[in-house]
Amino acid sequence: MAAIEPPRRSQTDSERRARERYYSASQWTLIWWRFRRHRMAMAGAAVLLTMALLGLFAEFFAPYGPTQRNATYLNGPPQMPMFCDHNGCTLRPFVHGTRTERDPVTLRSRTVPDPEIRNHLQFFVEAPRTRLMGFIPVERRLFGLEGAQLHLWGTDSLGRDIFSRTLYATRTSLSIGVLGVLISFFLALSIGGAAGYFGGAADYAIQRLTEIIRVIPVIPLYMGLAAAMPREWSTTQVYFAMTLILGAVGWPTLARRIRSQLLSIRSEDYVTAARLSGARSSRIIAQHMLPSFTSFIIVDLVISFPYMILAETALSFVGLGLRPPAVSWGVMLQDAQSIRAIEQAPWLFIPAGFVVVAVLAFTVIGDGLRDAADPYAGAR
Amino acid sequence: MARFFVERFLGMLVTLFVVSIMVFIIMELPPGDYADRFAFRKFSGLGITVTEADIQAIRVELGLDRPAVERYFSWIGNIVLRGDFGMAYAFETPVTRVIGDKGWLTLGLLVVTLLITYVVAIPVGIYAAVRRGSAPDYALTVVSYLGLALPNFMLALVLLYFANRWFGASIGGLFSPGMQQAPWSPAKLWDLITHMWLPALVLAWSALAYQIQTVRATMLDELGKLSVVAARARGVPEGKLLVKYPARLAVNPVVSTIGFDVNRIFSELPIVAAVLGLTELGELLLRAYLDLDMNVAGAILLILTTIIVVMNFVSDLLLAWLDPRIKLGG
Repeated sequence: MAAIEPPRRSQTDSERRARERYYSASQWTLIWWRFRRHRMAMAGAAVLLTMALLGLFAEFFAPYGPTQRNATYLNGPPQMPMFCDHNGCTLRPFVHGTRTERDPVTLRSRTVPDPEIRNHLQFFVEAPRTRLMGFIPVERRLFGLEGAQLHLWGTDSLGRDIFSRTLYATRTSLSIGVLGVLISFFLALSIGGAAGYFGGAADYAIQRLTEIIRVIPVIPLYMGLAAAMPREWSTTQVYFAMTLILGAVGWPTLARRIRSQLLSIRSEDYVTAARLSGARSSRIIAQHMLPSFTSFIIVDLVISFPYMILAETALSFVGLGLRPPAVSWGVMLQDAQSIRAIEQAPWLFIPAGFVVVAVLAFTVIGDGLRDAADPYAGAR
Repeated sequence: MARFFVERFLGMLVTLFVVSIMVFIIMELPPGDYADRFAFRKFSGLGITVTEADIQAIRVELGLDRPAVERYFSWIGNIVLRGDFGMAYAFETPVTRVIGDKGWLTLGLLVVTLLITYVVAIPVGIYAAVRRGSAPDYALTVVSYLGLALPNFMLALVLLYFANRWFGASIGGLFSPGMQQAPWSPAKLWDLITHMWLPALVLAWSALAYQIQTVRATMLDELGKLSVVAARARGVPEGKLLVKYPARLAVNPVVSTIGFDVNRIFSELPIVAAVLGLTELGELLLRAYLDLDMNVAGAILLILTTIIVVMNFVSDLLLAWLDPRIKLGG
């Protein structure tokens, strides 16, 4: 990718203005300009923003609640809205209705699609009142059916809507990642900062300690800490304990990076220049080191995100992390654990797609940010 | 060389000591202790009322009332001196009996996984660097992104699904159904080998994606070096030139990260093992955690970490042998 460079010396007015704009732009504007040119990263950011919004406003986007059951549609396949069927076409998308009949062999009653019934998709349908993010009351959902239930991505064995649950799970999984990253960042900044600042014996001790912690395989370590959570804890307690565990295990990698960044910036020429011209340490840290440091830290935070999400998913998947009735990607994938379950209801695997897409998005954003983090690199 | 060896060896011992303390802390974390669970298992359903005093008596009998430091030293002492990891509660047998030959199975799985990783990653990485910007190179970049984004256990699920769908066969497990309990024999060994390649491939997945990128990046650096240009100018044939200069050096970062790869593989192991039904240490570790059988969990965690530390040591030695500059630099 070509770096954004100062426009060449030239005579025309517009070019001169462009040059002026470049030289007067702040560091963050320059970073944004460079990031914007990274198309993959922009796409990743768009995907992630969509996910975050869907999760944040799950009460509005999800037609049903995360634990709401539809007893007449257990393990039901996805219903894709369509415009045409054997009875002709309409302009409004619809799904086929269902009817109950007896299985001729087992005589058990079962639900089968009925191609003669058309349920038209409704937007902004009325629904029982809930609260967006717990405080903004809403009485409508983005879409739904009137008089029937729509299961875009099918239902699980209890008849809960996979689409709705996935949105609520997105909220849990992303927010647990954010909190985990923040906690590990706080630990890393204090510990890595101390190592970089004091140097000497403290630095050596902290360095060796982080090395040793990193020797223990990560997921077994997470699992050991998660296993210690008392079984009788409530969903909320487990949620916050999980963020603590993610943070507590995640810090060594970040701390090492923060330390090495601090050391490399400390030896930069402009820091030496500031010191030689008599600036106090506090001024050097605040005015010279912190600004160039912040963008690198953000990159590190974004890069460490996927690990948090994957760890949460893995732990919940094997039953050591979040537990039902909490809904996260990992908790949902628990249902897809056995081969029989995936065989009968492959749509249970849909949340895995979200995990993969979220991790990919974070990775490409991280790449884009890393390229953009030092906007003066190309111009030097 | 002797000094280098001794230094690294001492470093390894220190690491193992600190690791064992951390493992012990993890074993102590869950609420309640062995005495509680022992009393519960032994007397539940018998109509005997167990009082706090009875539990305390068990605690004294088993030496669990001693301070943690003392218990740590007796725990680690027994492991180092007698290879005794204590008792497993769930089975009321020594941990070593519960583990049995699972340690060797795990080690075998690890070796096969590493072999697959390196046999594929090194040539493919070199190829991608030489054919930089070609379609296969881009395809490999996409695959390596997926290597991070698609966790190994999900890959295992996907493979299980398609194997079932297309071949109608179950591909999990380390043995055929009848072979699991059979005594070791050449037939059983062959059965193991035919079953092992798939779990090994799943476990190698993310390490593979990572190493391909490492080899490719190092190769790109090395390909631009003057030594390569000079050799080309001398008329050294391209194939020979690749092996002699850049490829030799591109292997170094791979060798120096063997420990990391082992770490990555062991990290994924418990969950992949649970999905694929592999009866080895990872699966046992997961079960031990779920049952809070912390003596077994601690033993396995310690064994896995020891293997990683030893592999780190081996990789240091290998690297010093491959690249003498490292040794001189200290």
